[in-house]
Amino acid sequence: MSTQTAGMRRRPSYLLYMAVRGLFLALMLIIIVFPFYWLLVSSFKPSKEIFSMPITYWPKTFTLDNYQAIFRLGNFGRYFWNSTWVSITGSALAVASALMAAYVLARFKFRMRKYVIGLFFMTQMLPAFVGLIPMYGMLSWAHMIDWLPTLAIINMAGLIPFTVITLSGFFEGVPVSIEEAALIDGAGRFRTLLLVVLPTMLPGISAVFIFGFVQAWNNLFAPVLYMNRDSNYTIPVALNAMVLKNNIKWAELSAGSVVAILPTIIMFGFVQKYVAAGLTAGAVKG
Amino acid sequence: MTTAKSASAGLARKNNLFITVMLAPSIILVLIFAYYPVLRGIPMAFQKYSVWDLYNTPFIGLDNFRALFKKAEFLKALPNTLKWVVFSLIGQLLLGFTMAMFLRRPFRGRGVYQGAVFFPWAVSGFLIGVLWRWLYNGSYGVFNDLLIRLSAVDPAKPIGFLSNKNYALWSCIAANIWYGIAFFAIMIQAALQGVPEDLYEAAEVDGAGKVPQFFNITLPFIKPVLLLTVLLRVLWIFNFADMIYALTRGGPGGASEIMTSYQLNLVMFGNDYGLAGAMGVVLTVFMGAFTIIYLTVSRYNSNSQEV
Repeated sequence: MSTQTAGMRRRPSYLLYMAVRGLFLALMLIIIVFPFYWLLVSSFKPSKEIFSMPITYWPKTFTLDNYQAIFRLGNFGRYFWNSTWVSITGSALAVASALMAAYVLARFKFRMRKYVIGLFFMTQMLPAFVGLIPMYGMLSWAHMIDWLPTLAIINMAGLIPFTVITLSGFFEGVPVSIEEAALIDGAGRFRTLLLVVLPTMLPGISAVFIFGFVQAWNNLFAPVLYMNRDSNYTIPVALNAMVLKNNIKWAELSAGSVVAILPTIIMFGFVQKYVAAGLTAGAVKG
Repeated sequence: MTTAKSASAGLARKNNLFITVMLAPSIILVLIFAYYPVLRGIPMAFQKYSVWDLYNTPFIGLDNFRALFKKAEFLKALPNTLKWVVFSLIGQLLLGFTMAMFLRRPFRGRGVYQGAVFFPWAVSGFLIGVLWRWLYNGSYGVFNDLLIRLSAVDPAKPIGFLSNKNYALWSCIAANIWYGIAFFAIMIQAALQGVPEDLYEAAEVDGAGKVPQFFNITLPFIKPVLLLTVLLRVLWIFNFADMIYALTRGGPGGASEIMTSYQLNLVMFGNDYGLAGAMGVVLTVFMGAFTIIYLTVSRYNSNSQEV
């Protein structure tokens, strides 16, 4: 094998392959990263420079004015807090509730099991925007419009199906023998789950939590439709309001976008390797 | 509980209670917040449901559907949706597949590279759309600037990537392809890890070239994952109006309108909920057809362990 590989390495076709591969990967990297570079660099430019031709790929004048504008003059501190709050609560509650459901689905055979899995799975097939208006009616009936916890609940409910499906895949990866030992020792089911099974799944659980956090953080249409007061805005709502204006203030918008993107990128960095596993599990499990 | 039979019946009842309690919160929330609103949207499709007169909502049969099928935006959205789904999918698949193949063998910095290209996934489709709208801008956008620097475009006549009705949809598709490459790359790469290395070694010994190896070993092996990924992706792209909402809101004049972005426009900016409901029913039918295909192709593996 090793001699063969060495022989292969000298072949011109192999060199060509390496060149094509290097070129392709480098080009893709530039194409994918550039828009983010552009956003970040622009957020440090004064507004005048953004609108002047020819455009600059590095700020001529470096300024923090845009960030000051959105935090001092604007209300971005408040939006940031709202986004953080509804995302953490929504995702944490979804994980808690989904853990219970996923455990049962992975460990018990019962008559309705197939239908319960189907119920969660089919939500991914529901046309996403159809329910927005009826949901408005339902929320206003319950006096939940313009009330921040509503967003946490909506996020939670929206995250549950994916979280259940993914977590039940993780549960199936945990050997039953650990639980049997604890059960025989007389620990109750709930205690066994909490103290024996969950600790082994901690990395997976935190990955699912972060994935849910990012989804909730990026949620746009529910807060736009169901939150009216400025003090209840989340970051996407604020950005949407900036975009809907006739002349978009790109300087401030770019600073706002950086603020919107930064937390999710940092969090995604931690769980990158699990996300692939999670996506695959979700797809294969169906 | 003296006999063994009643003891096991007691245990079964206890188990059933446990199962019910554990499932209840998730099921109830999903029923209320996911199923109810969508189902409630269906009767609206058959009602006169105007924002101006919410207390007078008589049933009007199929009138909303008749009105919908006459809308220019709707009629444009049908072929646009097909183009949007097919070309976005092909672009994402080809580039993602190529990337996955090139990333199959480890090299120094591969982890960092994957992290960097995975980047867009943490960002919402809306924000990506806003960002690309800027890049596409005629007077201070990057693409026009680069083309002007290359003397490919006259500075006085920049290309209206989003404002020209011939380009708008294709510009949206290009942005969507960019967004989805990483998804395919990651999924396919995960699948490629599962192909046993000795198959390639055996083929190498037999003198099979790289191309036959690809078609006889790689492709058949990852076919199940590939098929499922593609089907999931079709649904996802079909539903992905967030980016179009941010890029063009379906414009100019419906040139980049797809079915879901039209639905979104009716919901966000329209005043006829009956029409929006009818559009919802049409979408549900489309999604249902996809779902049936999906479920036929994929099968649940229900080999759960029991305690």
